Amino acid sequence: MSKNGFEPKIVVFCCNWCSYAGADLAGISRLKMKPQFRIIRTMCSGRVDPALVLYAFNKGADGVLVAGCHPGDCHYGAGNYKARRRMAMLTNMLTQLGIEPARLRLEWISASEGPKFQSTINQFIDQITQLGPFNKAKEAVGAK
Amino acid sequence: MAKPKVAFYWCASCGGCEEAVLDINETILKVAEAVELVLWPVALDFKKKDIEAMKDGEIAVSFINGSVRLDEQEEWVKLLRKKSGLIVAFGACAHLGGIPGLGNFCTKETIINRAYKEVPSLDNPKGVVPQVKTTLNGYELTLPEFYDTVKTLDQTIPVDYYLPGCPPPPDLIVNAVMAILKGELPPKGTVLAPNKALCDTCPVKDSKPEKLTITQLKRPYELKIDPDKCILAQGVFCYGPATRSGCGETCIRANMPCRGCFGPVDGVVDQGAKALSMLASIMGVDGEEKMSDEDVKKLVSQIVDPAGTFYRYSLPSSLLRRKRIA
Repeated sequence: MSKNGFEPKIVVFCCNWCSYAGADLAGISRLKMKPQFRIIRTMCSGRVDPALVLYAFNKGADGVLVAGCHPGDCHYGAGNYKARRRMAMLTNMLTQLGIEPARLRLEWISASEGPKFQSTINQFIDQITQLGPFNKAKEAVGAK
Repeated sequence: MAKPKVAFYWCASCGGCEEAVLDINETILKVAEAVELVLWPVALDFKKKDIEAMKDGEIAVSFINGSVRLDEQEEWVKLLRKKSGLIVAFGACAHLGGIPGLGNFCTKETIINRAYKEVPSLDNPKGVVPQVKTTLNGYELTLPEFYDTVKTLDQTIPVDYYLPGCPPPPDLIVNAVMAILKGELPPKGTVLAPNKALCDTCPVKDSKPEKLTITQLKRPYELKIDPDKCILAQGVFCYGPATRSGCGETCIRANMPCRGCFGPVDGVVDQGAKALSMLASIMGVDGEEKMSDEDVKKLVSQIVDPAGTFYRYSLPSSLLRRKRIA
């Protein structure tokens, strides 16, 4: 827990073939990680619809990490390239909507990169803790 | 038997939906014969107290266009909800937020400042801005309150049906009115238009290549669009794949790309996110494994205004609804 008592909620989308195995390796290697993240396994990083990211923010996530296979390693050929283009375009759009681009991150983590999974998670959680909570826009009608 | 009572009301809209009602041409005579119009501010004079005096549910159906951004509009639609059996969100603004919904990129303050203090053509030396209450010569004058956030109709009151489009085309309006008159209505919450993507009914769909790739995006003014070829295949962003059909493809037939006013097909939560996903996925280039993140950023930044492009009609109904106010 940080000094101000803010514990971020982080959603991590991991592709089935590389990053989820990488996360698994980090776990069975007993690498120490900050605990404020939840993994959602998808078959491919290319499966991560931008709406899933927006949905996560809408439901209270403070940061979203999308992890996929390294370029050239995608199980399906080009899913990770699609993910890269989508997340880059989504980052542009989030900026327009007043959301810090640092709240969304894309990383390549292979099945053998347990330590990379660990360091990415720790870094990302630190970064989001510094940024503070994601405040949903005021929805109240008549907000003065 | 008494004729069913029908009301038309407008909120934040341009008036195009009112014209669309007249676009049904002589069919309107049949409609006028079959129903009793109890409210239509653009065409007929009715007072709020007349509606207030009605019994709850007395109006058979209210067609409401426009998004909700004033307290007066909220009051009116809540009154109509109480007095009506059915509420139909009429047009893109009531359905998705529409063009007025782009106000959700700003706050009330920035909009009022722009409109009353900064516009170059303005003549307002005292910097007068609208107030909810003003006293003038001992009289108190009031104006509706302007909200920070534009809302769709169904974010304000429960809505039974949606007629999509900017504006809804005559055939869909007639179908909807006839279905209501005959009592042959689909389940509540239905969008009264085909549940297909526009590409499915597009007149140039046969020219859409099996594998569509755009690496160089163009804007419509930068080329002469070939009317017989898929517009996406010509490198111009067309909203067709992420938009509901039913509009009669009027923009495509006028050689302009679709902009998404019909909203998404059933099951899509966020139309803008789907459109973004679609466009990003077809922007693949050869040798991408060697591209740096910077190169990819450059490639996708060809869409200079992604939020405005993808949420042109649907920002208030999107997952994030508006730009964050810090």
